[in-house]
Parts: sequence; C-alpha cells; structure tokens
Amino acid sequence: MVGIYPDSPGLARARELGIDTSHEGIQAILEDPEIRLVFDATSAKAHVRHAPLLREAGKIAIDLTPAARGPYVVPPVNLGAHLEADNVNLITCGGQATIPMVYAVHRVHPVQYAEIVSTVASRSAGPGTRQNIDEFTFTTARGLEAIGGAQQGKALIILNPAEPPILMTNTVYVMPEVASLDQLDQEAIVASIRQMEAQVQTYVPGYRLKADPLFDMLETPWGRRVVITCLLEVEGAGDFLPRYAGNLDIMTAAAWQVGNLFARELLKREGALV
Amino acid sequence: MRDLAQLAQRQPPRLTDTTLRDGSHAMRHQYTRQQVQQIAQALDAAGVPVIEVSHGDGLGGSSIQYGFSREPELALIEAAASVVQRARIAALLLPGIGTRRELKEAVARGVSVLRIATMCTEADISEQHFGMAKEMGLEAVGFLMMAHMRPPEVLVEQALLMQRYGADCVYVVDSAGALLPHEVYARVRALKEALEIQVGFHAHNNLGLAIGNTLAALAAGADQIDGTLRGFGAGAGNAATEVLVAVLEKAGLSTGIDLFKIMEAAEFVLAPIMPRQPVIDRDALIIGYAGVYSTFLLHAKRISQQLGIDPAKVLMELGRRQAVAGQEDWIWRVAAELAAQEEAL
Repeated sequence: MVGIYPDSPGLARARELGIDTSHEGIQAILEDPEIRLVFDATSAKAHVRHAPLLREAGKIAIDLTPAARGPYVVPPVNLGAHLEADNVNLITCGGQATIPMVYAVHRVHPVQYAEIVSTVASRSAGPGTRQNIDEFTFTTARGLEAIGGAQQGKALIILNPAEPPILMTNTVYVMPEVASLDQLDQEAIVASIRQMEAQVQTYVPGYRLKADPLFDMLETPWGRRVVITCLLEVEGAGDFLPRYAGNLDIMTAAAWQVGNLFARELLKREGALV
Repeated sequence: MRDLAQLAQRQPPRLTDTTLRDGSHAMRHQYTRQQVQQIAQALDAAGVPVIEVSHGDGLGGSSIQYGFSREPELALIEAAASVVQRARIAALLLPGIGTRRELKEAVARGVSVLRIATMCTEADISEQHFGMAKEMGLEAVGFLMMAHMRPPEVLVEQALLMQRYGADCVYVVDSAGALLPHEVYARVRALKEALEIQVGFHAHNNLGLAIGNTLAALAAGADQIDGTLRGFGAGAGNAATEVLVAVLEKAGLSTGIDLFKIMEAAEFVLAPIMPRQPVIDRDALIIGYAGVYSTFLLHAKRISQQLGIDPAKVLMELGRRQAVAGQEDWIWRVAAELAAQEEAL
C-alpha cells in the first residue's frame, strides 16, 4: 500500500496489518518488480501521470479514478472484457451504480438518452473527487454511452452535507427509442432491471431499488417521450468505511472483482493456474 | 439599524438582474430567443450593469432532472449578448452540473461574468472552475447557496476558499428565502470583515423579506445585490429589481439604473410574457419556513398533484431531510414514500 504522506493513518493501519507500505508515491511501485497489479485510487489528474509510468514498467493498472486512460469496466455488464489491456478504468462511483440499470433497459430496448443523478454524503467525497468534479461528469456520461448503451449520456453529481450523513442515492432516467408506452415491453424491462439489481447485489449487498421503475411520458428535446426512472440507494457494507459511504464501497467492490479476474488471468498465463 | 439610516453614505451597490436565469425556473425554462432579446434590451436600456442568462440550474442544467430548456441556453446567451450595448452578460455554473465545456461555449457567446455556485459547505468543488474563469479573463463571482443552513463562521471559511481560488466577489445566497434580516446582516458582515474581495447577497421572497433582507445586506456592507423584474424567480421569487431601484433611490443610493425605464421593463416587457406572478402562497411560505431550495416549488406542486398528496407535507419532509440545491429527484422519492405511507393507513 502506497501513499504520499509519511504520517498517513491509512498507511499506519496497513503496517499494523502486516502489509508492506511506502509513502514515496508512484516511484515506490515502479521500483518494485514484484508488483504486477496496481489499484490506483488517487485522483484523475494523478492517474493521467501514473498511467504511462505503470505501462512502461509493465504493470497492470486498475484505475479507480475518472481519468479514463483505459477501457471501461462495469462488472455486471462487461467484467471479462479487456483482460488483455494493461489499464482498465472503473469510471466513477456514480457510473458503477447507474450504468448497470441503463444497460438493463438497453438489452431489452435500445436507449436514446440516459441521465443520472448521484447524490453522495459530503463526508464521503474526498479531495480527488472534489478537485476533479468535471471529470466525474464527463467520464460518467461517456460510460453511460459506451457501457450502458445510451446514444447520449448526461451525469450530475450532488454533495449533501446533512448530518447524520445520507446514504448514496442515485436516480437513473432512461429514455428508450420509442414514442409511446405501448411500444415497450414494460414487464421485460422491469424483469431485466430486477435481475441486474440482484447481480450487483452479489458484490454490493446494500445496492437496491427503492421502488419498481416508473414509466412516464415527458416533454423532451426529442418530443414527447417515454422516460423510465429508477430510484436507487447504495448502502455500504460497513466493514471499515461507514455505511453511508456506499459510493466508496461500490467502487472498491467493483475494483476487487476486476482485480481478482486479472490476477487469475496472470496466474493462468504463467501456468500457475489452469 | 443605525447602519440602515446611514445607507446614503456608502458606495452604491452593483445590481445584477437575473430575470433571465432565476426567472428561468418560474418560466419552467421556456424562454424563447425573442423574449430574451426583448428583456435584455429593456434591462440594458434602463442601465442594468450585469444581466445573468442561463438555465435556472446554471449552464448544462437542461435535463430531465431540472426540466429541459425550450431553446438551447447557449442560443439564449448569444441572443442577449447580441442586443446589449452597455450591460455585461453573466452566466451561472454549478460544479457537478455544468462543466468547463459549457463554460467555454458560453464565453464564446459573450459571457464575461461567471457566477460559480456551490452548496455553502462545498466550496472546494469550485477550484477548477474559478481557475478556468480567471484564465479566461472573466470576472468570477462565488455563490454560497442555502446560506441559512450554516452559521456565519462556516460561510467565512468557505468564502475564504473561493477567495483563494480567485473569486472577485462571494455572495451569501438565501436560496430558500429562509433568512431573517438580522441573520443576513450577520452573514454579510462576517464575510465583509474576513474577505479582501467584494461581498454580495441574493434574496428569495418566501418569507416576504427579499427587499428587507437586501437592505440588511447593504447595511452590513454588501457590494453586489441581485434582483429580477417583478421578482420573477424560483419559489416566491426574488427581490424585484424595479422595487430595489426605487427603494435604494429613496434611501439615497443611486444604482445608476433609470427608475422609470426599469419599471416599464417590468410592467410592459416582462409582465405580459409571465405565465404566473410568483407570490407567497402556502407552499412558497413553507419553503421559506422549512428552509427548502426555492426551485423545488413548482416540481413539488406537480409531483404531489400526480401522486394525490399534499405538497406541503412533501416540502416539510424535504426540509427535515436537509435536501440541498439540485436534489430535485428527492422530491419524487419523498412524495412516493409519503404516498405509500398514506395508502398503508
């Protein structure tokens, strides 16, 4: 575990657990040939700098920042894709929470426009997110398109300082390419969404729809269109981070899934695993 | 109160008219280019120095969440900029909603003042945008929204961050119209004492205090104030620009705005196109009383009607949950929960 502050409480905790640590930042990782897989949870700006360095050093990067240097991965949609890549990107916490729902609609009916609103507790948004909030917006929107399947994506993020802190909430608006409700198989869409919810719950148990998806007609720039609304809540497991920080949990849980698969792939390639 | 009697001795404040931004909420974001041109022209002719034009939720606000703009806001900015002779055009940007992309587009269409708004505890999400604004040579104004939710010392701490990022002015923004005059005074005063830059105040009229609170802000030393023609803005609206001009003139402060021209702009240009005059109806009053984001008013009325429940209950609950600016999706959440509870009874 590597940081940049010698007195970092996180590094101290890692040392107590018997994990090798360094406060010398990326350099410490680059100099250690035994490190093959790197989870980068710094900031978008920092990862832009780290990505080429890690590549040159022959290390695989699982990028938890919205820097978007490598292809996107959202586990329930494309977990096994890009195993050949040396850098994969996990988009954003908002993307991890909402893209599965957009995809769940898209696989039943093509999606023209998807818009998401992630609201997180102020206390759960670190300096990386705060300094690069535009990157959250850009990368999440692109993820809604590239992985969710929407022709056009839009992302909004709100920080709420309420005490006690609020759980992460996400609202997903999906506009399929149809002009009226009777052109949609509503039952199939609801089933697909519920199935996706269950799939995300396998690695984030506190991920849930607050209600059945709503089907509505709205005036949009494309005319009067069907809009499906999913109200989501993400409660953290509370293992270490507080329960309200579901946004952090869903990111680390997704990263664990992806990292685990990459590790198995590495072992397979080296004949250690068949 | 001594400061109020001595208003004539201070420098006149700069007034920004935001009929074409805060009024976008009251208009449900349906302004047309032609309407924007007529309003901007009338404001400019009256001598209003700064005219804000954006979607109500700022650049990039056109969405399912907040309501789609009838015409692209960039086209509306361009339309306003093309008709003004003296006035400068401002735009609002909420980090998390608008980004540097929309900002660049807005500047290319004539924006020279950028107002960057965050929840009053979250100023550190605005560093990127202040940096960009200053790099592009814009005047950069910080907006600390929902200022009633935190005491003066927290606002000072947050305003100092914006000052460090390059703000030329920081506003105390009473987004919920929930502050009383002495609370406005304390907040503006605290910022004036702590900052080296200018301080502003933006009012909402949910408790009937928009003009009075603006006077309290001026007594505390505010350098900039906001108004909208006819008070046409979110909730029960804002301090009416034409009323501010009249009141300040009587207080011995010349804003440089022609009173008769601005009254005519309100009466003959804006009023005929207003779908409704914002008033302190019960729901707007609850917004001020419970401290809820003014913009929630029309959304809460619509959703509550759809679900057959009382918007007053929804708004009170949103206040209790400490919803902040931009959380329009919570209105549906809360309304649906309350409707389910009522059904269960």
